[in-house]
Amino acid sequence: MDLLTLLWLVPIIGMALVLLAPRLLGRVVSLIATLATLVISVLVWQQFSTTEGGTQLITRVGWIEQFSIQYHVGVDGLSMALILLTGVIAVIGVIASWNIGAETHREGTEKAYFAMYLLLVAGMYGFFVAQDLILFYVFFELTLLPMYFLIGVWGGPRREYAAIKFFLYTLFGSVFMLVAILALYFQSGPESARTFSIPELAERGLGLPVTVVNWLWIGFYLGFAIKVPIFPFHTWLPDAHVEAPTPISVILAGVLLKMGTYGLVRMNVQVLGGASEKLWTFLAVVAVVNIVYGSFCAMAQKDLKKLVAYSSVGHMGFVLLGIAARTPEGLNGAVFQMVSHGLLSGMLFLIVGVIYNRAHHRYIVYPDDPELLRLYHIDPSKAGKPGFGGLATTMPVYTGIMTVAFFGSLGLPGMSGFIGEALALMGAWRVYPVLTIISAIGILLGAAYFLWTIQRMFLGDENPEWEGLPDINGRELLALVPLAILVVVLGVLPWIATNLSAATVDGLQVVETMRSLAKL
Amino acid sequence: MNMLGNLDSIQYYVGDTLLLGLALLVVVIDLVGRGRAHGVTGVASLLSIAAVLTVVGVSPAVGDRLFYGMVRADSLARAFKLIIGACALLTLLVSLRTAEVSTRLRGEFFALILFATYGMFLMVSASNLLAAYLGIEMASISSYILAGFLARRTRSSEAAFKYVIYGSVASGVMLFGISLVFGMAGTVDIAVMGERLAAAPPIGVALALVLMFAGLGYKIASVPFHMWSPDVYEGSPLPVTAFLSVASKAAGFGLVLRFFRDGMGSPAAMATVDWPLLLALVSAVTMTVGNLAAFGQTNVKRLLAYSSIAHGGYLLMGVVAMGGARGSESQAAVLFYFLAYLFMNLGAFYVVLHLAAPGRLGSEEISAYRGLIRRSPLAAILMSMFLFSLIGLPPFAGFWGKLYLFKTVIDASLTSGGVNGHSFVWLVLLGLLNSAISLYYYFSVVKAMLLDDGDDTSRVAVNPLYAALLIVLMLPTLLLGFLTDVSVVEDQLTDAPAASVAKTPVP
Repeated sequence: MDLLTLLWLVPIIGMALVLLAPRLLGRVVSLIATLATLVISVLVWQQFSTTEGGTQLITRVGWIEQFSIQYHVGVDGLSMALILLTGVIAVIGVIASWNIGAETHREGTEKAYFAMYLLLVAGMYGFFVAQDLILFYVFFELTLLPMYFLIGVWGGPRREYAAIKFFLYTLFGSVFMLVAILALYFQSGPESARTFSIPELAERGLGLPVTVVNWLWIGFYLGFAIKVPIFPFHTWLPDAHVEAPTPISVILAGVLLKMGTYGLVRMNVQVLGGASEKLWTFLAVVAVVNIVYGSFCAMAQKDLKKLVAYSSVGHMGFVLLGIAARTPEGLNGAVFQMVSHGLLSGMLFLIVGVIYNRAHHRYIVYPDDPELLRLYHIDPSKAGKPGFGGLATTMPVYTGIMTVAFFGSLGLPGMSGFIGEALALMGAWRVYPVLTIISAIGILLGAAYFLWTIQRMFLGDENPEWEGLPDINGRELLALVPLAILVVVLGVLPWIATNLSAATVDGLQVVETMRSLAKL
Repeated sequence: MNMLGNLDSIQYYVGDTLLLGLALLVVVIDLVGRGRAHGVTGVASLLSIAAVLTVVGVSPAVGDRLFYGMVRADSLARAFKLIIGACALLTLLVSLRTAEVSTRLRGEFFALILFATYGMFLMVSASNLLAAYLGIEMASISSYILAGFLARRTRSSEAAFKYVIYGSVASGVMLFGISLVFGMAGTVDIAVMGERLAAAPPIGVALALVLMFAGLGYKIASVPFHMWSPDVYEGSPLPVTAFLSVASKAAGFGLVLRFFRDGMGSPAAMATVDWPLLLALVSAVTMTVGNLAAFGQTNVKRLLAYSSIAHGGYLLMGVVAMGGARGSESQAAVLFYFLAYLFMNLGAFYVVLHLAAPGRLGSEEISAYRGLIRRSPLAAILMSMFLFSLIGLPPFAGFWGKLYLFKTVIDASLTSGGVNGHSFVWLVLLGLLNSAISLYYYFSVVKAMLLDDGDDTSRVAVNPLYAALLIVLMLPTLLLGFLTDVSVVEDQLTDAPAASVAKTPVP
């Protein structure tokens, strides 16, 4: 059995074991399964050659021979970084789910939760290793069902609405993707030589008329844009995040959103790079909209979790900008920013979870909406008043780890967020100077809302309501500290991640043409 | 490719003949037993259908036209007979102990199912419009009685009444269409009419085709001939509903496929009447109307009825693609979808059937399903899986069925020349959008079962034998896409192309 197959098979086996094991052993089994996949990802990393640009560690066997649908898995620089990220986030998620039954007031449902969780993990790994378009699509869809239940059963008060919204949005996107996949297959060659294999499609260069490439590009774009999410398809994200339980928010922001941007690089850049410049400029423009609009929305939020969710919209904009530029710096920056944002947003949602578990609300400022006050059992007289304040005195350790995450996210040099954003902006500068300047404003906005949040929640006078709040506990630290370490390590030694993707990015044909353009 | 006389034909028609004989035998047993022998009739019917399935399964597909061109026993007919027979077998199995049908009447009930099955067999093998008409009537009349079998329940009587009225109007209109065809072509032989109709005035041919499609469309419940189906599905006894939604639809599609393949498949016929475009429009409207109407349904049975209208729309896409370059692949895609549909749709209906019994939920309303996961995890999980498959989520069978259907339409559309000059990529897009929409109403059931908390938390006991049956249906629903694929089905369809059939001389 090759390592890449094990990556998605081990969680599936883990899922079966969870269902067979006694109720409280589910979390132990899940921890073992996710740790095992993390170890496998590291083994894959060891066997992975960073000097080779193409797909490596390939397993390719026939599946549905007549249509050349194959079981075809492999890794290259784009997927390697994301596989490692998935490995880390999956383990963190299990640690954060340790008391999920009690925390969500759904005792007795732990087995179902961890079974769904592992199915989700399997889908994510499978998506990142798939090199056959049908397999790619199957894994893409496979993540939807568990996610629906994880939000819909273990989520907050409006969980059912958020879960079905997430499902419907993503499914609508994948409709266009599937049509594009089938059309791409049909165009991939004469009848005897048609293929669903992504590396082959990229190699063939297709030689299709630009209009056809553009339509295919748009099909894939719609599928991935909803997943990322790109403005104006982003409205499912805040709802999903607000309702999802903490560990699921961590997975959602940490890995699931990256499926969208990974797909864009994999399909739109690698296979359909020949789409007309207008489309790429369009992508750059929506990237900037994501950055600026997401940041402004974040600033307006009273709910800390919603703020973090909108900050994700903004930060994913930098990934998009790097992709739209298609320069080596831009694409490397995009991959780096995906990893960095995965780690940082994971931290942010864990931090939100810590305060929510203690205070049972997470409002920076209590809302005025009576409906929300009722849902979260908040005394109506508190409407409009600050929700917290002076937490730095009550919860000093928590405040410390929060600082790492917030400053990392706002792009402080020395942490990973800075490198990702800087690389993406550097890459984009050569192609879209004006847009790059506008998006740099997004960094300022990011600093503004994060610092403002720190000021309102952690500094100032202690709020008497939360005087005896216990500080962060060992398990929560166990989830947060590894991420904090990785954030700092990647900030200081960014080449660990950029080395992974560099060779593959250099190999992308589009970049070559862009380089020659830049020289002119 | 010969035209065979009556005596030579019999050897290729053993399965059907056997079915008719055994159905009569069941009637005799019931008469002799004076209504008390329902156990015997049940077992006898089961054995009969099993025997017929075996005979159909092992008998070779022949290209010859039997009984002076009335019917064919080709691979298309065989494939559909197997699906219809399997559905009949399962229907008998679940009706053995159903409380809905009183024991005194069960013998008749079983016999009627066998007669309906025979009618459907005739529909899928007919290669002459009159034989097809006979098949339709045989299947319909038996089904009318089956739908109204719960005489004391007004819903059931209403269902039967509606069914009869719609059915007789539809078949009358169809008969008129057939007479027009005879007038213009001088024949009602499906394999010959296409060539002759090509020389007839197009407007007349179009009229005849539309009138005939009233009968065909009624059988496959396509818009605008679908109005009967939700009421009939809701009012009929549940085993009958499940039977009608799969077997009757399969028989209709068998006939539709043959009609358009052998009758209207030639380029000349397509030039006279642009049926791919007409069917594409019918398909588009059918799936959209079916799906939109399923929104807001509060009764699971009715919801499934509308969903099965929508599935008829998806299936029509395969018929549309048959007008294109890869006709055999399109046929295979339709058959593959039916294979998936057989398991997932029957599975869903049988869960509803089992839960509707008085000792369990006693209701078919979605609200009664609330919190089912705590009351009967097995039933809730199985039902969810059948519904996932009906939506078409991977890796379930419904996904592969849709994938192959959509793929064949895309292939046919993008090949130079398209389907009779049209590109139906828009139809695929619409089909996919419809699947995405359908998620919402299927998930209203899933949500009620898995996410909501019900008022009643007492356990619901599922009969172990019945659970085993459901699991038998669930396994292919989950694994079909991995066990087989459309090319396997296509290899089974060995029929000679329609053109060579058409050239055989008429006596």
